[in-house]
Amino acid sequence: MPSNEPGFSTLAIHAGAQPDPTTGARATPIYQTTSFVFEDAEHAASLFGLKAFGNIYTRIMNPTQAVLEERIAALEGGTAALAVASGHAAQMIVFHTIMRPGDNFISANKLYGGSINQFGHAFKNFDWHVRWVDPTNPDEIEQQIDDRTRAIFIESLANPGGTFVDIKAIADIAHKHGLPLIVDNTMASPYLLRPIEHGADVVVHSMTKFIGGHGNSMGGVIVDGGTFNWSESGKYPMLSEPRPEYGGMVLHETFGNFGFAIACRVLGLRDLGPALSPFNAFMLLTGVETLPLRMQKHCDNALEVATWLKGHDKVSWVSYSGLEDDPNHALMKKYSPKGAGAVFTFGLKGGFDAGVTFVESLEVFSHLANIGDTRSLVIHPASTTHRQLSPEQQVAAGAGPDVVRLSIGIEDAADIIGDLQQALAAV
Amino acid sequence: MDHDTYPESYISRILRSVKTIAMIGASGRDVRPSNIVMKYLLAKGYDVYPVNPGLAGKQVMGREVYGSLADIPVHIDMVDVFRGSDAVPGIVDEILALDDRPDVLWTQLTVRNDDAARKAEAAGIKVVMDRCPKIEYGRHSGEIKWNGVNSRMISSKKPVMQKGYQALGIRPQLDRAQGD
Repeated sequence: MPSNEPGFSTLAIHAGAQPDPTTGARATPIYQTTSFVFEDAEHAASLFGLKAFGNIYTRIMNPTQAVLEERIAALEGGTAALAVASGHAAQMIVFHTIMRPGDNFISANKLYGGSINQFGHAFKNFDWHVRWVDPTNPDEIEQQIDDRTRAIFIESLANPGGTFVDIKAIADIAHKHGLPLIVDNTMASPYLLRPIEHGADVVVHSMTKFIGGHGNSMGGVIVDGGTFNWSESGKYPMLSEPRPEYGGMVLHETFGNFGFAIACRVLGLRDLGPALSPFNAFMLLTGVETLPLRMQKHCDNALEVATWLKGHDKVSWVSYSGLEDDPNHALMKKYSPKGAGAVFTFGLKGGFDAGVTFVESLEVFSHLANIGDTRSLVIHPASTTHRQLSPEQQVAAGAGPDVVRLSIGIEDAADIIGDLQQALAAV
Repeated sequence: MDHDTYPESYISRILRSVKTIAMIGASGRDVRPSNIVMKYLLAKGYDVYPVNPGLAGKQVMGREVYGSLADIPVHIDMVDVFRGSDAVPGIVDEILALDDRPDVLWTQLTVRNDDAARKAEAAGIKVVMDRCPKIEYGRHSGEIKWNGVNSRMISSKKPVMQKGYQALGIRPQLDRAQGD
């Protein structure tokens, strides 16, 4: 019903939720239970055999979690979603669903440091191989693709530098080679940018960041765009071949355009186990209701702060695509016209030592390893999130020794700037 | 009827009004999509008559399989097609040859034949194509929400509870809510 599709703010509040039919509770209840009673043996068999909709066990699904899943699927314009314990769990399950030992995938080299570690080190234990590319260089991406390549992975708005990636251009390359494009949309959130509209086939989030928005609950989500044909090439047997654990059922054939989300749930989450707590699902649901308001305020504050920092004599550069003279500004205007997000980096003329003094002098900003909180946050990536990378990788990832990353909160902009001013005075 | 997008009220009214369903391409294998849909429709109280010439006279889920639509001894409200798009014209001809025609022709996901649909519609038969009645029932009742699927439905009304745990029905007021 594209003609009367509800608006984003309406979906952020209503999608997935209905009053509880027995109590009338209007907020989504926290279904803090491990298990769900079967009506009879036949009902149990139907649920276990994926023949009836419903709940079995909270490691696989839970009604509080389900509301969150539908909410995010609706906000991203996907067909279905799976919520899990963290963004890392979401990535683990996505790749478990599409990779076999010996396979590889192409990934942008500008990523959250934790993802660089997960892909580059942990995945090696499964004989899954990442091939790093510069996402601004389409030729390099194409050169890295071979017959064992199974996907291309990017961040829509890349951590930590806050640069937008040309999603459509990379989606075209992926689809030309019969591969899905997987996009981490954590930094932008669906309020600013919906990757599926630009050709992404799967979207992942760390909901710990802007979706929850209050820095109180971990969570990750996988959104199925419903766009990719998982059966065509035979490269994705988890979806296209009969599954012995489900009596020979073929998941893509059976579940159609939400088959990927179902496969992630019943082959990934069920067997690997990183379930989201119902309480966290409730907290994230409460957070996402105000996503449009918070995200706009984050963006407005960040632009004001970035503009101010750019004029400061102890600051050597500011990388924020919301600034009109930023090299990434044209892509930002194309993909995210409402704002450039909350997270950006800048360089201190005093280098590494100045960075340490600066971070330690801040009073409003919190020095910690997260982004997307209501509070303003600061970190020195080279000594924390990106510490395990080589110096070359640090620079390639936009996390060199002079770089400070800010995640601008939704406090009053004057107080955020005041704190930065006094800390810069101490440098 | 525009077969790219159906009004929700059109689908809802069909799912609430039909009682007897002939399923063409019914399977005895319990993991085939047709089998899963048949099981679900039976659980929702529909009277399903499997049709498959290769299985005629045998039983699927305790229901006798018929060789053709003409063999079914009761009035059929809806024909649900689990065959390829190219089989739809022949099925429409078979339907139009019946003395007692069904009210609805429904074809499953990926099954669509616009010429055949026009022919059936010209004879007064409602047509739904490239949809699954299980998914549509799940969307309209809300059951599909439990599995993280985007139902594309927003409602502040009480879900309709059916007998037993985790069983929802379709809300009768939907037609009025949608202004028709």
